[in-house]
Amino acid sequence: MFNKADNHNIELEFKKQRRAETLTAAGSSIGAVILALIIGAVIIRLLGVNPFDAYRALIDGAFGTKNSIAETLLRAVPLAITGIGITAAFRASIFNVGAEGQLYLGATSAVCVGLAFPTLHPAILLPLMAIAGMITGALWGGIAVLLKLKFNANEMINTIMMNYIAIYFVSWLVHGPIQQPGSPLGQTAGLSDNAILPIILKQTRLHIGFIITLLMVLLTGFLIYRTVWGYQIRVTGKNMFASQAAGIKVKWVFLSSMLFSGAMAGLAGFFEAAGIQHRMIENISSGYGYTAIVVALLGQLNPFGVLLAAILFGGLQIGASTMETAVGVPASAVTLIQYLIVILFIGRKAFSLIIQQMKKNRKVAA
Amino acid sequence: MIGDLFSFLTSSIFEGFLTASMRLAIPIMLAAIGGIYNERAGISNIGMEGFMIVGSLTGFVVSYYSGSVWIGILAAIFLGILLGLIMGYFEITLKVNQVVFGISLNLFCVGLTSFLFRIIFGITSNSPRITPLPTIVIPILSKIPVIGPILFQQTALAYITYILVLITAIIMYRSAWGMNIIAAGENPEAAETMGVDVIRTRYYSIIISGVLCSIGGAFLSTASTGLFVQNMTAGRGYIALAILVIGRWDPFGVFIAALLFGAADALQLRTQLFNFDIPYQFLVMLPYILCMVVMIFFSKSSRAPAALGEPYDRGGKKSEI
Repeated sequence: MFNKADNHNIELEFKKQRRAETLTAAGSSIGAVILALIIGAVIIRLLGVNPFDAYRALIDGAFGTKNSIAETLLRAVPLAITGIGITAAFRASIFNVGAEGQLYLGATSAVCVGLAFPTLHPAILLPLMAIAGMITGALWGGIAVLLKLKFNANEMINTIMMNYIAIYFVSWLVHGPIQQPGSPLGQTAGLSDNAILPIILKQTRLHIGFIITLLMVLLTGFLIYRTVWGYQIRVTGKNMFASQAAGIKVKWVFLSSMLFSGAMAGLAGFFEAAGIQHRMIENISSGYGYTAIVVALLGQLNPFGVLLAAILFGGLQIGASTMETAVGVPASAVTLIQYLIVILFIGRKAFSLIIQQMKKNRKVAA
Repeated sequence: MIGDLFSFLTSSIFEGFLTASMRLAIPIMLAAIGGIYNERAGISNIGMEGFMIVGSLTGFVVSYYSGSVWIGILAAIFLGILLGLIMGYFEITLKVNQVVFGISLNLFCVGLTSFLFRIIFGITSNSPRITPLPTIVIPILSKIPVIGPILFQQTALAYITYILVLITAIIMYRSAWGMNIIAAGENPEAAETMGVDVIRTRYYSIIISGVLCSIGGAFLSTASTGLFVQNMTAGRGYIALAILVIGRWDPFGVFIAALLFGAADALQLRTQLFNFDIPYQFLVMLPYILCMVVMIFFSKSSRAPAALGEPYDRGGKKSEI
C-alpha cells in the first residue's frame, strides 16, 4: 500500500509527465506550422515573389489593424466552434466529416426561427435561434451514427453524402420556399435587428459569438477532461472493446459525441448567419466544416489547442486576400499551406524515424 | 406490347441513357477496383477522392500541353504511383491513423489542384478545353439491345477498364500473389509466418490502388468532359468506398454496383434536361441518397477484410494510433 506521501509523489510524477507530453505535442504542431511556412516560402519564391514581402503582407492583413484582428478572430469563430465539436467526435473515433452539412442546416433553421419571430426580444430570440441551429445540426449528424449502430453503415461515408444532400437541400430552400420575395439571389429576407448578434468591438464586425466561442472552448475542455462522459469518450476512442468490457455504453458514447459535434456545427452556422450575413445565403460557409477537421487535428484534439489552431488558420485566411492584392500570390496558396501543415503534422513520426536511421548508420560506419 | 418495349429499348433516348450510365460509372469503378487491392491487403485508402482529383488535373494539364490524351493518362498513372507511395509511407511505415490521414490528404489534394490550376491557367473567363477521347463503337456487338449501348459504345479507356476488372478477378482468385494479398488483409501475422512479405504486399497494393484511382480521375477530365473543374470529383472517391462495401470487395460486384450508380447519375442528368417540375437540387442529390440507402442494405451482411485498417508491425506489437 502507498502512504499519503507516496501518493502525492506519484501524482506529482504524473503531472510532470503529462506536462512534458503536452509540451512535446505542442512542439510538433508548431514544428509542422514552421516547416509548412518554409515550404510555402519556396513555392512563393518559385512564383517569382519575395517570400518575406508575401508573409509580411499576410501578417499585416491578419493582425495589422484593429479591424484585421477582429476579422481574424471572426474567421476563427466557426473554425473553433466546429473544431471542438469534431474533437469530441474524433476522440470517440466517430469520424464526423459532415460538419459542413450540419452547419448549413443549423444556419438555415436558426434563420427560419429568426424570421418567424422578428419582434421577439433579442434575449429570448437569439437563444431560441441558437438552440434551433444546434438541434438541427445534432439531428442531422445523429442520423449517420444511428445508421452506423443499426446497420453497420460507415459514418464517414454517410456524413460526406449527407453534406451534399444538405447543401443541395438548402440551395433549394433559399431558391424556393424561403427565398426573399422578389430577389433573384439564393438568399432569405434579412433578419430583423432583434435577430442579429450584438457587436462587441466598435467599428468592427466582431460579434458576441466570439465570447461564446471562448466559453464553449472552456466548457468542452471541462467536459472532455473532467467529466465521466469525457472519460468515456476518451476510453472508447482508444479501445472500444476494453471500454465495452468496463461497462461503458459504447453506443451512447458514439451517439452523444456525434450529437455534440453536430450541435457545435449548427451553432457555428447560427453565428455565421446571425453575426455576419444577417440572413441565410446559399454559400454560407466556404468549407469551414472541412477546414475545422484539420484545425481539430492540428489542435491535437484538445479544445484549447483547437482554439489556437483556429486563430492561426483564421489569420492565414484573412491575411491571404491582403497578400493576393499586395504581391499577387493567389490566396489559394494559403489554403495549400494550411493543409500542408496538417499533412506534416500527421507525418511527424517520420522525422524521429529518419533521425533514428541516421544514428544507426553512423554507428555502423563507426 | 413486346414490340413497343423493344422499340423503347432501342430508342435513341434510352440508348443515350445506357451509354451515359457506363460513362459515369467508369471513374467510380476504376477507383473501387483499385480499392479492392489495398483493402483486401488490409490497408484502407480513404484518400481515393484526393487521388482522383489529382489524376483529373494531371491528365488534363498534360493532355492540354502534349496534345495527346494518352500522354496525359500516362502522367496521371505516374502521379498515382507517387501518391500511392506517399500513402504507403504514412500508413504502412509510419502507421498513422488511416482515416485521419485519408481525410486530410483529400482536403490537401483538393486545395493543391485548385491552386495549381489557377497558377497554370490563371483566371480566364473561357476555361481551357481538350478534345476528349473518342467513342469507339464496336461493330455487331454494339447492336445488341441494352447491352450494346452500355458496354460497346464507349471510349478506349472504358474497354481498358473492363479488362482491368477481369485481370483483378484473375489476380485475386487465381494467382498466388492474390492469395498473398488476401492473407495480408485477413491475418497478417499468419501470412508472414507462411513467408508472405506483408509490408511489401501492402505497398504494392496501395500503389496499384493509387494508379487506378488516378486513372479514374483522369477519365473524368480526359474522356467524359474534356475540361477540368475545381473539385470535379464531387465525392466520387467516397462513393467508390461505398461501392467496395456494396460490391463486397469482389471485382464483378464492384462492376455491377458502380454501374448502378452510373445509371442513377445518368438518370438525374437526363431528367434535368427534360425540364420536369422537380427542382434540380433534388435530382443532383439522387446518387448521394442512393449511396446511403444501398449502404444500409449491404453494410450488415458485407464483411470487410479482418485486418483492414490495422497497421502491421513485424515485431508483433500493436502500434498506437
